[in-house]
Amino acid sequence: MKKYSIFAIARNARNHHQDWERAWRSPDPKPSYDVIIIGGGGHGLATAYYLAKECGITNVAVLEKGWLGGGNTGRNTTIVRSNYLWDESAALYDHAVKLWEGLSDELNYNVMFSQRGLLHLAHNVHDMQEIGRRGNAIYMNGIDSEFLTPEQVKEMVPIINLNCRYPVMGALLQRRGGTARHDAVAWGYARAADSMGVDIIQNCEVTGFKIENGVVKGVETTRGSIGANKVGVVAAGHSSVVAEMAGFRMPLESFPLQAFVSEPMKPIVDCVIMSNAIHAYISQSDKGELVIGGSGDPFISYSQRGSFDQIEHVVGPVIELYPIFSRVRMLRQWGGITDVTVDRSPIITKTPVDNMFFNCGWGTGGFKATPGSGRVFAHSIAQGDMHPIAAPFTMDRFHTGALIDEAAAAAVAH
Amino acid sequence: MFLVKCPWCGWREQTEFSYGGEAHIARPTGTDEISDQEWGDYIYSRKNTKGVHAERWVHTQGCGRWFNAVRHTVTDVMWDSYKMGEDAPNPPKDWDGLSSRDELEPSEGK
Ligand SMILES: Cc1cc2nc3c(=O)[nH]c(=O)nc-3n(C[C@H](O)[C@H](O)[C@H](O)COP(=O)(O)OP(=O)(O)OC[C@H]3O[C@@H](n4cnc5c(N)ncnc54)[C@H](O)[C@@H]3O)c2cc1C
Ligand SMILES: [Zn+2]
Repeated sequence: MKKYSIFAIARNARNHHQDWERAWRSPDPKPSYDVIIIGGGGHGLATAYYLAKECGITNVAVLEKGWLGGGNTGRNTTIVRSNYLWDESAALYDHAVKLWEGLSDELNYNVMFSQRGLLHLAHNVHDMQEIGRRGNAIYMNGIDSEFLTPEQVKEMVPIINLNCRYPVMGALLQRRGGTARHDAVAWGYARAADSMGVDIIQNCEVTGFKIENGVVKGVETTRGSIGANKVGVVAAGHSSVVAEMAGFRMPLESFPLQAFVSEPMKPIVDCVIMSNAIHAYISQSDKGELVIGGSGDPFISYSQRGSFDQIEHVVGPVIELYPIFSRVRMLRQWGGITDVTVDRSPIITKTPVDNMFFNCGWGTGGFKATPGSGRVFAHSIAQGDMHPIAAPFTMDRFHTGALIDEAAAAAVAH
Repeated sequence: MFLVKCPWCGWREQTEFSYGGEAHIARPTGTDEISDQEWGDYIYSRKNTKGVHAERWVHTQGCGRWFNAVRHTVTDVMWDSYKMGEDAPNPPKDWDGLSSRDELEPSEGK
């Protein structure tokens, strides 16, 4: 892997940028691997990277049915934060934020992580109680968390209308929260993993498993059978479909979630603003587009579109809170399929099939966890036993009753 | 957004209805004997099918009644609905998920 740097740009400028090497190879699948990762989203690629980097396992393939990051990784609104209620979640999400803080350097790839600060607005007494309780819990876990008065909110976001149909009574601020560039995360991990020998194989859909005596031995794909000692499934919205191929069910339902971007504008919002009571949140990309998201569709679907009526649910409140946007034109709308658990926490787990691991259930809010999720999953696969940060998130919790209920922190806010 | 067929009111916008999840999940019997695993499966595990899915709906903004329906979860086209307690009206094996039963078999329309 040739290092990216200002000198590399200068050197390549001399050749009219004709000689940049490919960011990763495009190999044919080998007959077998030590570990196969199913799903080339951010979490799958990060898993492969940490397997190679920290666990010494480089005979790894990532199999992706489409293109890298074409799932929820490339469809999300890129919010990164770690202001969750419970200790287990704080450990997992803040592990990720700490990795984000050094990620561009570590990967030698600019993931454009921007800790621009993130506000959760409170519009009513219930919201105030929720941010009060959660804000204190976050603080007790050593994660930054501040309460803002309406005046302080106005100072941070001058364009906000505090006394609209959704009056702003206060807000919870995480200054270390922000955004990152979604594609860059997938590409950066892919390039770094590839350079350590990981085979990244796109257009390769897994269609079945080879399982002998309850132990996984390999996968069937659209590019033939491939053997594997261990398999990690990181298929987001399609996790239930993959689990069915292996003969078990997951405690998951898949819902479409959509997002929108506007035409690009000059900088006007320099933080992320979200709100649980009204299902709309907003930030501005470095290109200048407003990035806006809302809540998921209320029925399971794999349509990857998002319902028409949700648009009004999202745009209406945005215009109430920020009247200056009333004449902004929206450019694009799209949907992703989010794998949602009943407690709104992810599942990182062993499965009824030996040597097969799942990392899923990130639902509407897993982008922020990409580095942490990949790292603890890689260690769990390598050890054959759950990493301590991952241990509370196994699928056992759905029969022991030890759910990690993050409905307030994650059900609407992503 | 798609159309949902209420057995009583006919085809209406999906926004008039609320979704009630997978249909035909029976509460296990012998509850003092079954394992925690079985309880967990009953409460939380779902088929979450990509394809033909039997599910519950309620006509919240209409007649207020609950019913079941069969829908294709990729196209969101509803094949048909049926009353609670009835067997699911399964579409033909080669159903493309694009047309409802009323469109394909209009003579049998109820
Ligand atoms: C509109 C929207 C907004 C969101 N906003 C945020 C946000 O602001 N902040 C946040 O933290 N999270 C957000 N999320 C959630 C976040 O996008 C996901 O939790 C996260 O990106 C999941 O990453 P992943 O790598 O697990 O999944 P994905 O990126 O979906 O990767 C899974 C991959 O598996 C592949 N795959 C599936 N089946 C197979 C198969 N059989 N064989 C081979 N490959 C297969 C898919 O093609 C896909 O590329 C949002 C999601 C959406 C849809
Ligand atoms: Zn009705």
